[in-house]
Amino acid sequence: MNELIQLNASSLSGKKYWRSLDQLSNTPQFRQWVEREFQEGASEMLQGGSRRNLLKLMAAGFGLAGLTACRRPVENILPNAKGVEDYIPGRPLHYATVASLGGAATGLIVECNDGRPTKVEGNPRHPYSQGTTSAHVQALVLNLYDPDRMKSVARKGVKSSWDEFGAWWKGEAEKLGDGAGLRILSERTASPAVMAQKAEVLKKYPKTQWVEFDSVSYDEAKLGAQMAFGQALETHYLYDQAEVIFSLDSDFLGLDSPTVQPLKQFSKKRRVSDPKDEMNRLYVAESNFTMTGAMADNRLRVKSTEAGALAMSLAHELNVGNTPFKVLTAVETDKGKKFIAAVAKDLASHKGKSIVVAGPRQPAAVHAVVALINQTLGNVGTTVVYTKPVADVTDSVAAVKQLTAEMQSGAVKTLFVLGGNPVYSMPADLNFAEACKKVGTVVSLTADENETCAASEWQLPEAHVFESWGDARALDGTASIQQPLIEPLYGGKSVLELAAMVAGSDVTKGHDIVKKSWDKVWKLALHDGVVDGTKLAAVDVKTDVAKALAAAQAAMKPAAAMEVVFYASSSTYDGRYANNAWLQEAPDPMTKLVWDNAAMVSPATAKQLGVENGDLLALSSNGKEIQMPAMVLPGHVDNSISVSLGYGRTKCGRVGAQVGHKAESLRTTAGFHSAPVTARKTGEKYQLVTTQEHHTLEEPITGLKRNDIVMEAPIEEYRKEPHMLHEGKHEAEVADLFPGVDYSKGYQWGMSIDLNACVGCNACLLACVSENNIPVVGKDQVRRGREMHWIRMDRYFVGNQDDPQAVMQPMACLQCEKAPCESVCPVAATAHSDEGLNMMAYNRCVGTRYCANNCPYKVRRFNFYNWNKEIPESRKMVFNPDVTVRFRGVMEKCNYCVQRIEEKRTVAKADNRRAIKDGEVMTACQQVCPAEAIVFGNINDLASKVALAKKQPRDYIVVEELNTKPRTTYLAKLRNPNPELA
Amino acid sequence: MSSIFSKRFDTNLRVAAVAVIVTLGGAGAVLGYLLHPKQLDTGYTPMQPVPYSHKLHAGNLGMDCLYCHTTVVKANYAAVPATEVCMNCHVRVREKSPKLQVVRDSYASGQPIPWVKVHRLPDYVYFNHQAHVGSGVSCVSCHGRVDQMVEVRQVQPLSMAWCLECHRNPAANIRPVEYVTKLDWKPEGDPAELGMKLIQAKGIKPPDNCSSCHR
Repeated sequence: MNELIQLNASSLSGKKYWRSLDQLSNTPQFRQWVEREFQEGASEMLQGGSRRNLLKLMAAGFGLAGLTACRRPVENILPNAKGVEDYIPGRPLHYATVASLGGAATGLIVECNDGRPTKVEGNPRHPYSQGTTSAHVQALVLNLYDPDRMKSVARKGVKSSWDEFGAWWKGEAEKLGDGAGLRILSERTASPAVMAQKAEVLKKYPKTQWVEFDSVSYDEAKLGAQMAFGQALETHYLYDQAEVIFSLDSDFLGLDSPTVQPLKQFSKKRRVSDPKDEMNRLYVAESNFTMTGAMADNRLRVKSTEAGALAMSLAHELNVGNTPFKVLTAVETDKGKKFIAAVAKDLASHKGKSIVVAGPRQPAAVHAVVALINQTLGNVGTTVVYTKPVADVTDSVAAVKQLTAEMQSGAVKTLFVLGGNPVYSMPADLNFAEACKKVGTVVSLTADENETCAASEWQLPEAHVFESWGDARALDGTASIQQPLIEPLYGGKSVLELAAMVAGSDVTKGHDIVKKSWDKVWKLALHDGVVDGTKLAAVDVKTDVAKALAAAQAAMKPAAAMEVVFYASSSTYDGRYANNAWLQEAPDPMTKLVWDNAAMVSPATAKQLGVENGDLLALSSNGKEIQMPAMVLPGHVDNSISVSLGYGRTKCGRVGAQVGHKAESLRTTAGFHSAPVTARKTGEKYQLVTTQEHHTLEEPITGLKRNDIVMEAPIEEYRKEPHMLHEGKHEAEVADLFPGVDYSKGYQWGMSIDLNACVGCNACLLACVSENNIPVVGKDQVRRGREMHWIRMDRYFVGNQDDPQAVMQPMACLQCEKAPCESVCPVAATAHSDEGLNMMAYNRCVGTRYCANNCPYKVRRFNFYNWNKEIPESRKMVFNPDVTVRFRGVMEKCNYCVQRIEEKRTVAKADNRRAIKDGEVMTACQQVCPAEAIVFGNINDLASKVALAKKQPRDYIVVEELNTKPRTTYLAKLRNPNPELA
Repeated sequence: MSSIFSKRFDTNLRVAAVAVIVTLGGAGAVLGYLLHPKQLDTGYTPMQPVPYSHKLHAGNLGMDCLYCHTTVVKANYAAVPATEVCMNCHVRVREKSPKLQVVRDSYASGQPIPWVKVHRLPDYVYFNHQAHVGSGVSCVSCHGRVDQMVEVRQVQPLSMAWCLECHRNPAANIRPVEYVTKLDWKPEGDPAELGMKLIQAKGIKPPDNCSSCHR
C-alpha cells in the first residue's frame, strides 16, 4: 500500500482517531467509503425498472398530460364555522404536559400546529426535564401518528365497540365476587390517579392482584436500599455537586436513566468555560462500551457479573464496615487492582463530594454495597439523597412469576393487561403466551396490534399520551398533569380510564378523574406543567454497616465464565418504539448500528469465537437458545456479550415487524439482567448496517493529512498551556479563492459545540428530524449511504482496539463563510445570506450533487427518491408546516433552523422593532440538548453566549487548513484522568 | 463516383438549423410569455360559494379589512373569517336572503364554507402578512382595489420577480401603518418620498435572501 495508509484522522498530539476497525486497518471496504462519494449502485432505482425505462415512462407521461393540465387546481379555504378561543390559523399553540417512562415523569411542552401536535420540547419548569428531553421523548410524536395503531375495539379480531365491551364487563364484574379470579397487569406507573384507581380496584375486589412489570426495570436499586437500610428507597444522585464519580456498570448519562436529569446535572461540571474552572472526574467500570464509558476519564473493562466483586473490593479498600477482604476475580489483574486502589484513594479524598453509582442491571446486593460505600464516604445528604419511591416497589420479576403460575393453574378467570406488551417482553421461561391461553378472558389495552393484543380476547386501543388526560410524578415526587393536545384519533382510552372502568367508578372520563384530584391547583398546574409543593422530603437513613455489608456479600452471585447482559435499546427501548421509524433509523450512539440489534463482543472474544461483524452466533443460556449476529465493539470487555432488548417483534406494524433479533427469548427470571451463556458460531451470515464509515472526513485524492477533526487534551495540560491546541497552526493568512464579504454588521449567526459536554445521546439528531421533516429511508438505503439525517453523530475511537477511548462529535452543515459547495452549484440553488447562512433553495436545485462532492465535511444529503410520496395520511400530520417537505432529486442540509430565526425576527419586529435577544432563537438541536453542549447565536454580539464560547482557548475549527471559515466551531474535549492511572 | 451529399446540402443544413432554432426559440418565447404568472395568474376570478361582494362591504359600507381578516396583523395568514363573523350582522340584516343560505347552513351545521382561494403562492414560499402589514405595506399593493371588486380577482402576478422588485425598492409601497387598510389613501406629495422617510425612521430593510421566503 502507499501513503494512503497514513490518511487516518489524527490529532496534533499524534493520536490516531478512527471510527471503525476497518478504518483502523484501512481495508478495501473502508477505502471505498472514502473514495466514492456516492456508493456503487447509489444511482440505481429502488426496485425494478432501470433509469432508461423510467425516462420512457416519463416521455409517455408528458405526451398524455400535454398542456391540458395547465389549468390551476382549485384550492379551498375552510375557516371554522365558529371561532376557537386563542386559535389563529398558522400560529402554533404550546401546551404543558408530561410523559412517563419506567415510572418516572418528564415534563414537556408540546407544539401544536392547527390542532396537530408536531414538536416536543422539554418543560423548563420541570425538574427532570429543565427544558430538554431524551431522543425517545422526541420521537413520541411520531408514535401518535403511527398508521399501524389499534384503530378500534375488537373481540377476537372482530370489530366491536367500547359500548359492547362495557356491557360485557358489567356482566362479568357481577360474577367476580371477591375478585379471586381477577388479575391486572400494568406497566410501572407513577401516576397518582392510576394508583388511586388501583386502590379502588383492590378495595372492591380484595382477592385481586395488580401486578406491575417493566422489561427495562429499575427495581434492583430500590431493593438494594431495602437491603442496606431496611426500607425500599429511591436514590437521587446530585451529579452537579460531585467532584469524583464512580460508575459501576451504570450508563447513567445514557439509557440507564429514565430521564435526562443526570446528564443535565453532570454536564454542569463539564462545561469548562475557563482553563481555571474545576472539572469533575468520572471513573467507569463496565462490560459494554456505553455513552457514559465514552465520557469516562478512566475506564476499566469489567464483566457485568463481576461488578459485585469489584464493589466488594472497593468497599474493602475504603474500609467500609471493616469487612474482611475476599480475593475476587475482577481485581485479580494488575490493572484492576491499580484501578480500584486509585478510585478508592480519590473517593476517600473527596468525602461528601463524591458519588458511587451502580447500574440498574446489577443485583440488589451490589446496590446495597454501593449505598453503604456512599454512606461511609459521607455522601448521603450532600451528593446522595434518599426519598420514598413514587412508584410501587414490589419485585416485579417475582410478581410476574407468581402471576404466570396462577395463570397456568387456571386460577385466573379474567386478566386485564393495561398497556405494555407482556407477551413479547416477559422472560422466556414463563411462557406467558401459553399461560394466557389458560385464562378465561384476556383483556388487553395496547397502543398497536402487538403480540399481547393477538393473545387477547378483548383488544382495546390505548390512547396516546398526547390524546389523554392523566397525571404523573417525577422521581423526586413533583406532580404534573398530563394534558391532551388532540382528541383520540382512533377512539382509544387511557390506562387511567380503563382502570376506572375496572374499578366500577361512576367517573370514567380521564378529564373528570384528574380534575377531581387536582381541582384546587387546576389552572396554574395546567399552565406551568408542575404542581408546586409536591416534591418529596429527603429520608434519613441509618444502618449497621457491617451487618448490612455481610448480608449483601452473602447475597452475591458468582461471576459467569461467559456472560450475556441485556440492555435497553437506544432505538426501540424495550420494543415499545419498534414501529417508530425515526428511532429505528437513528444510529446507535456507540455502534452506529441502524435497524438492528446485535450481540456485541470484544475484538478478543470475536477472535476466540471465530466471528466477525454479521456472523450469526447461537447463544444459549438457562435452556433457551437464540441466534443473533455478532458485532465487534472495541472497548467491550472480553468473555461478555451485550444484547439490546426490543427487537425481533413478530406482531408489529409495517416498520418494526421482524426487525432484528429477539433477545427476550434468551431472558429468564433467573437471568433477567445478565446470565451465563455459551456462544457458538453457526456459520451463517446476516447483514448488519452501520453508518460508522459513511461520510468520513478523509481526503480521498490528494492524500493530504486531515488533522484537527476531533481534538482533546488532558485538563492539566490545558490549564498549563491553554493555547496548545492551536500550536503549529498556520499563522500566515491563506490566500482566498473567494472574494471577501463584510460580515461585521447585523446578525451573524454562529454555533459552538462543546465536545466536553456532548455524550452523543442522539437527542439532537431526533429533534432535527422532527423539526425539519427529515425523511426515513430504511435499512437497505442506509446500507447504500443514503441516510438523510442532517446531523451526523460521529463517534471516534482513540487508542488500541481492545481498550480505546471514544469521542463524540455531532456534525451538521458548518455554514462555511467560504463555502466550497456554493461555488460549484450551476443553478445558484445554494447561496450565502448576508447573515452568514449557507442557504438551500430546494425548488431551485436540479440535483447535480456537485455541492455534496465538494463539501469537505460531508454534511449534504441527497433525496434519491421522493421519500414522502407514499407515506400514509396520518403520518403526514407530523410535518412541521414551517419547513418545506423536500422532493426527489434535491439536495438538503442543516440551515441553522432558519425557520426559527425568521419566526423570532417577526416577533422582534412586531414587538416595537427591538433586536433579537441572545438566546431567543434556539435551533432545535440546541433546545433539546440535555448537556447544553450546543450554543447558537449572533457572533457579532460580543456579549452573546456563542461569542463567549468561541473566545475560549479550546475553540477550534474542524480542518482549519481548508480555510472554509465555518460558522460552527467546536470546543475541544478535555479529560481529567487520574495521574496514578496514567 | 457520385457524391453522397448534394452540393446544396451545407446550405440546406444551415437553413434547417436556423429554422429549428428560430422555431424552438419562438415557441419557447411564446410559451414563456403565456405561462408567465402575469398571463397565467392575473385576472383569476373563481366563483365563490357565496356571492359575497367586497365592493358592497368594504367599499359602499366602508367596513375595515381588519373587521373580518383579523389575523393579518398577528400571523402569516390573512385568515378568512369564521362563519360566526358573517352572522354577527346577518342574524338581523337580510336574515332571510336566499343568497345567504350557504352561510346560514354553515352556521347551523358547523361545517365550514368552502371558499375558493384566489391568491395562491407555491408551497415552498413562506409569506408573512404580519411582517408586511406591520411595516406599512398596504393591502392594495398586492391585492389591488378589493373595495371596488364585486368578485375578488388577482391583479398582481405574485411572481418572485414581482416580489423582489418591491423588496429592492420598497419606498413606493410603504405608508404609515394606520392607513394600511385604507385602500384609496393617497399621501400629499410623492408616495415614494414619504415611503423613504418611513423606511429610514423605522429601519425597514426588506430581505432578499433565499431563506427569507424559502425554507
